[in-house]
Amino acid sequence: MSATCHPSDELLVAYGAGSLDEAASLLVATHLALCPRCRAEVGRIEAMGGAVIETLPPSDLGADALASVLARLDQLPGAPMPRSPVVAAPGLPSPLRDYLPASLEALPWKRLAAGIEQAILLQARGIRARLLRIGAGIVVPEHGHGGMELTMVLQGGFTDSGTGYARGDVAMADQQVVHSPAADGGETCLCLAVTHGPLKLTGLVGRLVNPFLDL
Amino acid sequence: MPDKRLAVEPGPGAERFSDLLSAVAQYGDRQAFALLFQYYAPRLKTYMRKLGAEDAVAEELAQEAMLAVWRKAASFDPGRANAGTWIFAIARNLRIDMLRKEKRPEIDFDDPELVPDPAPRADEVMATQQSESRVRAAMSGLSAEQTEVVTLSFYEDTPHAEIAARLKIPLGTVKSRLRLAMKRIRSELGDDQP
Ligand SMILES: [Zn+2]
Ligand SMILES: [Zn+2]
Repeated sequence: MSATCHPSDELLVAYGAGSLDEAASLLVATHLALCPRCRAEVGRIEAMGGAVIETLPPSDLGADALASVLARLDQLPGAPMPRSPVVAAPGLPSPLRDYLPASLEALPWKRLAAGIEQAILLQARGIRARLLRIGAGIVVPEHGHGGMELTMVLQGGFTDSGTGYARGDVAMADQQVVHSPAADGGETCLCLAVTHGPLKLTGLVGRLVNPFLDL
Repeated sequence: MPDKRLAVEPGPGAERFSDLLSAVAQYGDRQAFALLFQYYAPRLKTYMRKLGAEDAVAEELAQEAMLAVWRKAASFDPGRANAGTWIFAIARNLRIDMLRKEKRPEIDFDDPELVPDPAPRADEVMATQQSESRVRAAMSGLSAEQTEVVTLSFYEDTPHAEIAARLKIPLGTVKSRLRLAMKRIRSELGDDQP
């Protein structure tokens, strides 16, 4: 089954143009592996990028630019492209596998709250990509956001403000959103989440536990 | 190597760039590569300068991008993208790698975990849909305002807040123009997907 909740046009354009940060790009690329619709969309965006480049006025190059590049063609190593290991966890597509050890259990999982664990995959300039494991039926403590939050389901599903999210679906939240998503019953929900800025727990319980959480 | 393919004379808008790139991939055709270089390298340099690289860096990146074109030519699939699209993606990724020092997460079309297209299209259909002339025609149907935000999207290293600031319009306006532009492009180039 294909995804029904997609990243916004702005995110797809930023990914196609190459202006999106690495963590959000990881989430978008992982979504693309699971979503033919957005794959076609990014294909069109890249085609626009090609057209934009072709309509640019040419800049002058150094007089020997072509000669020096031609001279270097012979010296190029014919290194094969490294392949990502197909071991990791079955069901996880390749852009994500590149960021994972051979087994999900080898990740540095940390308990966030009862039934919720996270493993940080990437962090830079306040932007984080992490895997979240939320036990079946567990409700995530109510929280707000210091910036954009993107969450993609890899396994299982969750419900947020009345909308259900299944494998491949992307949920987007921003500074205006306060929410408390809940994992569906039946199986553990595995998500890839990207946050731009820290989360802020809001409820009474949240205020009590906030200092202990690494959100 | 003596070669009939060398009669190809590219010019702006020529679909034949894809044939040149295929000749590089299949035969290591240096003359084909030189023709691609002469057309694309000066434009890639402009692209890098638009993204803020100074002259010498922009030239180096343009040359490195063309070297990557040579090295990766075997992975060029004319059924998936035209030459300009593929070369753009190479240059984009090279800049992310060399200037931003970040990895570029990309899908692997051979990944067994990839969810396949619902109705796999023949290569020729895809090639026609994404052909240079069709993309240009679709883009020429955009309004001036839509063209502006689309074009600027390729020249900014941060998402769309910068464009809003530069054009002195609200971020919401940038987003809605972009959405309208993509909707239009979808209907021109697109398929039956929602
Ligand atoms: Zn999608
Ligand atoms: Zn949230």
